Amino acid sequence: MSVAVGKGKRSAPREERGRWSAHAGLLLVLRGRTLIFLAILMLAFALLSPAYLSRSNLVLMTKHVSINAILAIGVTFVILGAGIDLSVGSIAGLAGMVSGGLLYEGVHLVGGDTLWFSTPVVILIGILVGAGVGAVNGLVITRLRVAPFIATLGMLYVARGMADLRSNGGTFPNLAGQSSRGDTGFSIIGVDSWLGLPVAVWIMIGVALAAILVTTRTPFGRRIFAVGGNERAAVLAGIRVDRIKIATYMISGACAALAGLLLTSELGAAYPDSGTTYELNAIAATVLGGTSLFGGKGTIVGTVMGAFVIGFLGDGLVLVGVSTFWQLVVKGGVIVFAVVMEQAQQFVQSRVTSG
Amino acid sequence: MRADEPPTAAPILVAESVSKSYGGVLALKGVTFSAREGLVNVLVGENGAGKSTLMKILAGSESPTSGRILLDGREVRFSSPRDAMRQGIRIIHQELSLFPNLSIAENIFLGRELRQRGGLVDFRRQRSQAGEILGRLGQVVSPDTLVGRLPIGQQQLVEIARVLAEDVRILIMDEPTSALSNPEVDVLFKVMGDLRHANVTIIYISHKLNELRRVGDYVTVLRDGELVAESEMSKTDTAWIVQQMVGRSQADLFTRSDAPAGGPVLEVTDLTVPGESGAIVDSVSLTVREGEVVGIYGLMGAGRTELMECLIGSRRASQGEIRVRGKICARATVPGHLALGLALVPEDRQRDGLVQTLSVKDNVLLSSLSSLARYWFLSPRRERSIAGKEVHELNIRVPSLDAPITALSGGNQQKVVLSRALLTRPAVLLLDEPTRGVDVGAKAEISRIMSELARSGIGILFASSELAEVRAMSDRILVMAKGHITAEFVAGRVNENELVAASASEDAMRMTS
Repeated sequence: MSVAVGKGKRSAPREERGRWSAHAGLLLVLRGRTLIFLAILMLAFALLSPAYLSRSNLVLMTKHVSINAILAIGVTFVILGAGIDLSVGSIAGLAGMVSGGLLYEGVHLVGGDTLWFSTPVVILIGILVGAGVGAVNGLVITRLRVAPFIATLGMLYVARGMADLRSNGGTFPNLAGQSSRGDTGFSIIGVDSWLGLPVAVWIMIGVALAAILVTTRTPFGRRIFAVGGNERAAVLAGIRVDRIKIATYMISGACAALAGLLLTSELGAAYPDSGTTYELNAIAATVLGGTSLFGGKGTIVGTVMGAFVIGFLGDGLVLVGVSTFWQLVVKGGVIVFAVVMEQAQQFVQSRVTSG
Repeated sequence: MRADEPPTAAPILVAESVSKSYGGVLALKGVTFSAREGLVNVLVGENGAGKSTLMKILAGSESPTSGRILLDGREVRFSSPRDAMRQGIRIIHQELSLFPNLSIAENIFLGRELRQRGGLVDFRRQRSQAGEILGRLGQVVSPDTLVGRLPIGQQQLVEIARVLAEDVRILIMDEPTSALSNPEVDVLFKVMGDLRHANVTIIYISHKLNELRRVGDYVTVLRDGELVAESEMSKTDTAWIVQQMVGRSQADLFTRSDAPAGGPVLEVTDLTVPGESGAIVDSVSLTVREGEVVGIYGLMGAGRTELMECLIGSRRASQGEIRVRGKICARATVPGHLALGLALVPEDRQRDGLVQTLSVKDNVLLSSLSSLARYWFLSPRRERSIAGKEVHELNIRVPSLDAPITALSGGNQQKVVLSRALLTRPAVLLLDEPTRGVDVGAKAEISRIMSELARSGIGILFASSELAEVRAMSDRILVMAKGHITAEFVAGRVNENELVAASASEDAMRMTS
C-alpha cells in the first residue's frame, strides 16, 4: 500500500510520530554524510596541525583534488549507467603522451618536414584521443557484449601499452614549446593561477558544473539514470541504450584525458607511467560520494565531495606525519565505511517511506 | 459479517484480535481469523487489504503489534519462520525461491539433504524420492533436470514438491497459480485435494476468483486491514465475494467501449519470429481499427508476449510486415516504432516496465523526454506540470511526484507505465496482461481507462490469459496457441468453452461466429 510520508502523520499516535521524526532526522544526517564527514575531517586535522587550514594549504590541497575529481566525474557517468571504467588512469597517461609528444617533437611528415600544432589544438587532440578510447570501450561493451569490467580492464593494459609505445618507454622532458610554432603556454592549465586559484581548480569547477547540468537537466542525463536503473525497461521506453552507454564511456575517456593533460602540464613533462592506479581513486571518490555501483543512483556533487574527502584526508595524513603505509590502511577503511553508511541510509529510508 | 456459520471443523490456527502497525499506519486492525483443520481456507482481498501481513504473522516472519496466535488452542509466539516451520507451518511464496543452477532433486532436499552413513549426500535416495513426489504431481520429468531449464509453471510445481517432501500440518499458499497454465492448475488442485484428505490445513490466497471457488471450503475477505466477511464457500458466489472485496458489484468491474470502429490503424501480415524449436510467432496476421479493442487470448507460452515485443520493435521478426496508419515499420527498433505511433505496456512491470531507482515523475516522462526538452534542457516546471496532469488524469494515487516508484501499489505502478505509453500519443496501444498483479479496484479502473482511450479513437491490442477479462473488454477476440492465431471471435457471441478449446488447439481453425 502506498503511504504518503507527510500525510501518514495525521492518524499516527504521538509516540509513533516521535519515532518517525527521529528516523527523518537520522536520514538527513545520513544523506549529508559526505559533507559532515569532510567537516569533521577538516576540524580534526586543524586541531592536530594549525597549518592545515591555512589559505595556501587549502589551495594546494584543492589543486591536488582537482585531477582526481575530474577523473571521478567522468567515471560517475559510467557508473550511473551501471557500467564501470577501469581504464581511466591509463587513458590519462596516453593522452599526456600524445599531447606531450606533439609539443616535444611534433609530427614527422613523410617529406622530412615536421608538423606543429598550436597549444589549444594539442589539448583538443589529447581530449579527443581520450574520447576515442572511451568510444572503443563503449563499442566493445555494447556491440561485442563484453562485460564492462573485462572490456575496460583490457583497455587499462592496452592504453598503457600504447602510452609506452609512443616514446618507447621514455619521457618527453620539455613541453615549453616555441613561440614561433605557436605552441607555448601548455603550463598554464597545470601550473598557473587565475583570480587566486589554480587554473586546474577552475577547470574542475567548470567540468563539475557542466556535468551537474547534464545529469540533472537534460534528456540525455535522465536516460543515463534510466539505463542504469533498469536497462530492459529503458529499451522498451524507447531509449537507445547502446548509444547512451557509448556516450558515457566517451565522457569518461574525455575527462580522463583532460586530467592526464593537467597532470602532464603540472609536471612539465610527459611520461608514460603517469596516472597509474588513478582509476581506483576515481572509483573510490564516486562510491564515497554515494553513487551506487549497481547504477541508476548518484550525484556529481557527491562525487566531487568524495574526491575532496579522499584528497583532504590524504594530504592531512601527510601533514601530521602519518606513514604512507598507514595512509593506505586509513583510506581503504574509509571507503568501506562509506558503503556501510550507504546501506544504513537505504535501510532507514525504506523504514521512513514504506512505513 | 456472518458469524453464525455452523462450524464443521475445529479451528487449528487462530489469529485473535491481531493488529499490526508499520510506522504509524495500521495494516491490520483487530482481525480474528481462524483456519479450520483439514480444510482449504481461502483468504481474499485487494492489494493492501492486509492479506500478506496476516500471512506473514501466521508464518512467523512478522510479529503482531497486538493480539495473539493460537495453535491447537494454545498461545504460540513464533520468533522466526524457522520456528513456525518446526510447528509444521510452511509457506509457499508467490516469488519462487528455487536455485536454477541445481537439479530438481537437489532443490527439493536443499538444506535437509538425505545422508548416507558417512555423512555424504545420498543422491540415489534423493533422486528416487524426488521422482516419487514428481509422480504425485503428475510430472514426467527427470529429477536430474536443472530447475532453470523448466518452464515457469513447472518450477512452481517444484516449489510445491519441496513442501510435500516434508511433514507439513498447515500450508500457506500465496497466489500459487499466477504462473501456471490451466492443466498445471488442475494438477495443483488435485494435490491440494490429496493434502486435504491427509488432514493438512491449507490457507490459500489468490486474486483469481473463479479458481478459489473451485478449491475453497471457507472464504475470508479482508478490506482495508479489517475482516469484512467470512463464510462457507458453498454459500457464496463470485459476485458476493467481489462485492465484499471492493464494496461494489462485479458488473461494474469491466467496461467495454462500444465505440464504432474506424479505419485500420495497425495491419500485421505474416509476422514470424523464429525460436529454438520452431517459430514462436508463426505467420500471424491481424488488423486493429481505430477505436477498436482487440483481445488476444492464450495460455502462457502461446507467443503473445513475443508478438507484442515484435510489434514494439524490441524483437526482430524473420519475415512479415507491420503497418501503422498505412506506414510500414522498416526497422526493428523501439524508438522507430514509437515514432510511428505504437506504444507498449509490457507484461512484467517490475522487469520491463519500471525503473525502480527513479521517481514517479521520471518514470512517467521517460518516453517523452525529447519532446519535453527545449534547447537541450528540461524545464523542471514543465516536467512537473505535464507529469502532474497525467497522474491526475489517470487517477494515480501518489504521495508526491518525487516519491520513489517502489512506494506505490501494483495498480498505481501499472498506471504509471500506462501513462508513460500514453504520453507518446500513440495511434495503437499495446497492452500485455494489463491487469496482472493488480487488485480488483485497479482492474476496474484500468479497464475503464482502456475503453475511454478506444472512444477517443486509439486502437487497442491487449493480451490476456484471463477469460473473464478478455470476454468483457474486447470488441474482437483473437486466440493464440503455439505461435498461431487459431480462432477469431466477435465479442458477446462467444462462450468460455470455445475460447479454451481454441487456445488448446494447434491448428489454425478459423471459427468466426
